[in-house]
Amino acid sequence: MTLDHRTTHVNTLRSSIAVLVYPLQYLVNFPANVGDWASDSFTSRKTLREDNTTLRTQNLILTTQLQKLNFIEAENIHLRNLLESSKRVGERILIAELLSVDMDPYKQQVTINKGSVANDDIYSGQPFVDAKGVMGKLVHIEPFSSTALLITDPGHALPIQVNRNGLRAIAKGTGSQTRLEIPHLPNNADIKVGDLLVTSGLGCVFPVGYPAAIVVEINIDPSLPFAEVLAEPVAELDRSRDILLVWPGGKAKPNPANPCQMESSLKSENTTQIESLKKNNPAKEKKAP
Amino acid sequence: MQGGNVILLSFIVAFILSMIPLPQILQTVRPEFVTIVLIYWCIAIPNRVGVGIGWIVGLVVDVSTDALLGQHALTLALIAYLAIKLHQRIRIFPIWQQALTILVLMMFQGTITLWIKGMLGDAPALSVFILPAFSTALFWPVAYLLMRQIRRYYQIN
Repeated sequence: MTLDHRTTHVNTLRSSIAVLVYPLQYLVNFPANVGDWASDSFTSRKTLREDNTTLRTQNLILTTQLQKLNFIEAENIHLRNLLESSKRVGERILIAELLSVDMDPYKQQVTINKGSVANDDIYSGQPFVDAKGVMGKLVHIEPFSSTALLITDPGHALPIQVNRNGLRAIAKGTGSQTRLEIPHLPNNADIKVGDLLVTSGLGCVFPVGYPAAIVVEINIDPSLPFAEVLAEPVAELDRSRDILLVWPGGKAKPNPANPCQMESSLKSENTTQIESLKKNNPAKEKKAP
Repeated sequence: MQGGNVILLSFIVAFILSMIPLPQILQTVRPEFVTIVLIYWCIAIPNRVGVGIGWIVGLVVDVSTDALLGQHALTLALIAYLAIKLHQRIRIFPIWQQALTILVLMMFQGTITLWIKGMLGDAPALSVFILPAFSTALFWPVAYLLMRQIRRYYQIN
């Protein structure tokens, strides 16, 4: 037990037992699969047509917005170039599905149907999102499935910022699927009910800018040093079945010990950037006197 | 050595029952099916199912619930030991007294789990262990009668 808690030596044992457990999980998930398949196969023509129309409209709206987004993205890169700050690497994604399997009821965990056999570049600590917002990150990668921790687990903390003004904070899970708490915000912090909290990207585990939660309750007690701020996750933690695994650094895997460092090619890019910064700084120092 | 497959199958069914998705409220009172099956076999055929089986089953539970590897292995091995130690007494108890014994065993398991989780720093509320302990004890008579039928039908001893 100590080995498992402190080190990663027993992970191979865990993976080999997981291979035994996977058929059971598949079996438990099977009725849900059949249900999905049946509801897909037996929908009436009318529903399909209605779906088609709404999807078409939605698609039109989204593509129109995307036209502007391309322009804004280009502008953003240009401005960042002008500021000489680091470029944001494009994110790679992979669609996965949750298995409807119950685990420890007192941990906010889920099992997904992607494992190290078919997708060898998923990694422990990888974030995943659904269509609405951030859901959590992977904790154990096993051959045919993986387990993931949701952002609402009491042991999970997510670096966030208020979208309105960039105020940075940490969102901790509470164990309830509809609440996150934001501790250590002073009583006079600029945060309001209804504020959207997005990931700040600090800590380098989660990519920057994904919506995470909406503030629903603020209790200010003057006798306490910090305000009590509660937020509701925007991701549909208890309903989503299709999720997206995200690679924040493009192709490279982050270093497990320090996610801000990449393990492969991107590392050199980062160091060259740091070197160029170092080069720039002495120049400024020379100019100053 | 007959009926090995039946024993294996009973554990598989217990695993499936403990993994079937339930609403959040029912999840917290879900009986510990795997522990019940283990205790039953320990009481009924202590010469075949014991601490070793308990340990192996516990490892599988650990992986399927993504707990710390060894946590359930330890508790289930201890439960198996106690069940074997007490099996002659438990066998002659009326069924409600058996259920009370199960309650005590489950509380014991809960205490060990609470210790382990406490050492890791994520000790959950006490109700976490008390609710499943009671539901497991309440479920015991059904499980006992059912499994006794199965055991007699397949003549496992």
